[in-house]
Amino acid sequence: MKKASVLMIIGPLLLLGLYFFPLWNIMLGAPQYPEPLGMNIHITGIQGVSEFDLQNIDGLNHYIGMKVIPKPEDMWEFTVFPYVIGGMVALGVIIGIFGLMHKVSYKWFLGWFILMSILGILGMYDFNAWLLDYGSNLDPHAIIKVVNPDGTPMTYKPPLLGYQKMLNFDVTSLPHTGAYMMFIGMMLTVVAFFVGKKAIKPKTPLS
Amino acid sequence: MKKINYSILALLGLVMVFTSCNDSGKKSSNGALASNNAEKVYVAPGEQDEFYAFMSGGYSGNLTVYGLPSGRMFKEIPVFSQFPTSGYGYSEETKPMLNTSFGFVPWDDSHHPDISQTNGELDGRWIFINGNNTPRIARISLSTFETEEIIELPNSAGNHSSSFITENTEYVVAGTRFSVPVPQRDMPINEYKGNFKGALSFVSVDPEDGRLDLKFQIMMPGFNYDLSHPGRGKSHGWFFFTTYNTEEANSLLEVNASQNDKDFIAAINWKKIEEYVNNGGGTKMPANYAHNVYSDETHTATSTMEKEVLTVDPTKVPGAVYFLPTPKSPHGCDVDPTGNYIIGNGKLSADLTVHSFDKMLAAIDGKKFDGEAYGIPILKFDDVLAGTVKSGGLGPLHTEFDGKGNAYTTFFISSEVVKWKLGTWEVIDRKPTYYSVGHLMIPGGNSAKPFGKYVVAMNKITKDRYLPTGPELEHSAQLYDITGDKMELIYDFPTHGEPHYAAGIPAEILAPKSQKIYKLAENKHPMATLGVNDARVERKGNEVHVYMAMIRSHFTPDNIEGIKVGDKVYFHITNHEQDFDVPHGFAMIGANNSELLIMPGQTKSLVWEPKEVGVWPFYCTDFCSALHQEMQGYVRVSPANSNIDLSWSLGE
Ligand SMILES: [Cu+2]
Repeated sequence: MKKASVLMIIGPLLLLGLYFFPLWNIMLGAPQYPEPLGMNIHITGIQGVSEFDLQNIDGLNHYIGMKVIPKPEDMWEFTVFPYVIGGMVALGVIIGIFGLMHKVSYKWFLGWFILMSILGILGMYDFNAWLLDYGSNLDPHAIIKVVNPDGTPMTYKPPLLGYQKMLNFDVTSLPHTGAYMMFIGMMLTVVAFFVGKKAIKPKTPLS
Repeated sequence: MKKINYSILALLGLVMVFTSCNDSGKKSSNGALASNNAEKVYVAPGEQDEFYAFMSGGYSGNLTVYGLPSGRMFKEIPVFSQFPTSGYGYSEETKPMLNTSFGFVPWDDSHHPDISQTNGELDGRWIFINGNNTPRIARISLSTFETEEIIELPNSAGNHSSSFITENTEYVVAGTRFSVPVPQRDMPINEYKGNFKGALSFVSVDPEDGRLDLKFQIMMPGFNYDLSHPGRGKSHGWFFFTTYNTEEANSLLEVNASQNDKDFIAAINWKKIEEYVNNGGGTKMPANYAHNVYSDETHTATSTMEKEVLTVDPTKVPGAVYFLPTPKSPHGCDVDPTGNYIIGNGKLSADLTVHSFDKMLAAIDGKKFDGEAYGIPILKFDDVLAGTVKSGGLGPLHTEFDGKGNAYTTFFISSEVVKWKLGTWEVIDRKPTYYSVGHLMIPGGNSAKPFGKYVVAMNKITKDRYLPTGPELEHSAQLYDITGDKMELIYDFPTHGEPHYAAGIPAEILAPKSQKIYKLAENKHPMATLGVNDARVERKGNEVHVYMAMIRSHFTPDNIEGIKVGDKVYFHITNHEQDFDVPHGFAMIGANNSELLIMPGQTKSLVWEPKEVGVWPFYCTDFCSALHQEMQGYVRVSPANSNIDLSWSLGE
């Protein structure tokens, strides 16, 4: 149980990486942009990969009527997410410490993982909803209006994950360091669960 | 006998086989060679060149930037000449750059670029170039590739033995080709001899920001100081100038200045003179010369008139100046990478004279003088001579070095480059040029560490090298591969203006620090419009100031009313882009100056004096975006006595 509890402490701590590294990254390359423009999505807000990338993405997007990239104060998520992550780290570490003190069973470890997964899925859902709004809620007076072959207006939702061609841009959307650390951290709590379970089981017949 | 005959026949047959083999071998190897040459200069689409080459523009007054080995031209940097393409010398900000003691001089003849050095090696911070006609030295930033500073040189005329820098960029040095009365005065021309002076100017360079300061001028006898180069390594602290017209003729110089069998190379111990000056030596004399400085924070130049210069009489500083007799009106004065050999290119002879710095020091120590000229000791020719290169060519002008013990000299009259060996003075190779070559350039060839891969020959006569373009042709450059024992001509390309000298540097030193934009947040131009809400129009009497912003694809404001005939309208325009390679232009119908080409984050101002009532358009001249054609606006001009209020708008 000691090994499992230590893993349960380390796992949630890895989520602290989200305060230092981006969660997600979207890169936009085009013939005119051999060095692609890019945005890094942190839990606290969106930043340009290079100093003026956000300004330049906004400048290009105004032609097709997209809104400007939101500032941290424009979206509640960037205020709430840091608290949610902080709360989950604290909760996970407390569960781990209680595990060390044999005050909680290994099942709590899985409980934390399930809660974190639900929150993660909700987060992704929310992120995707924003991408959809950002890419399709266009200014009706947009300078350039492109229609799909079926006559519907073209929208510009960046992919949640992977690559997509959008007009002259090649858009690639991938998790970044923060997400990978979160993923590893969450996996460690699952490992903690199984290690904890294994440590208990052989003892059952004896006790 | 028969046997022998057969074997002879067989032998003959074999010889024939071998010969034909050789023949076919030669042909195919020639073909292979030719295609190999094509490969050597071929820089595939999307690939970049290995070297930058900065070529002086000669009578264009500017500096052009090329790539080697491709010979592709990247940019013309305006230096001494107005440049309507960008508005340099037309915009309110840059007009002061061309201010001189003679007033606004919109042109010059630029000759010899030289890149800054640290410990004798190219450091790629700045490039300097001289204006020959109205004596000036310019400093150009090698991160913005823009002219940042121009200093005028008083007491100088025909600023030709310039602008060469010392081993640590302590000084950029400038000698006068034409001696003149100092101070200038009304006197008979034929009293030249003994009365005119030749000023050698030492302009210090601030190691931090590159700021120029005319520290002292050495007032030499009235010869023609033709070219110069710094000592390096062991000869660091010395500077060498070729002279001609030591006859001091004032007319028909082509005959009268070619009478002396030997002229001089003047060896100047500038460290000694610097020490003398630092200890309070020298005489301050009144002067009047412009010092123009451009700031890339305010995007504005200021011109200051300096009123004094410190002059040094060389005879007052013992041991500081010597003359080395050098045959046949030497032109180029070149110092090898070790600093030991000083090459005088006697332009009326077939031979090169090579002096030895070590022997010069020994001769000075032994006080073996061959008389003096105006109080300056003349060393004995044989005491300082290291050797003579019996070139077999005619009219040697300039020499560069490959850093592998070889030197390359151009011959104007016999139209060729000759490769020879330092120390043995033997000629190794010679290749024709097309035609009548002046300078040549090896990247880093004027430093302790040349990059001896290519030599570029810059020719004075083009004739039939390219498709004809009427009587006036661009000049022609040839590129030679010098990595082997023999030089190989691999390319031939036209150059803009008349490149005299050039300076080359590996791309890897400069390319990474080439600036992409000016940051708007760092724009300190007093007339900048940093936010669109600051865009406005203000009237001060009949002066109207338009504070305008530009971004893809509109001007703010783009409708202006309340301007009157007789107004002087200043457009102060700020480019709000912060994206690489998105300049915008500004052109106003009927403006009597030029357009403005404004880089991201930059502010430029143009004056327009409307002469007629009407509604007059302006537009962006740079195809900046898909809606570039929409990037336009109107100014309403009313009669002088109208009382229409100033107003401005965008999108109303
Ligand atoms: Cu434009």
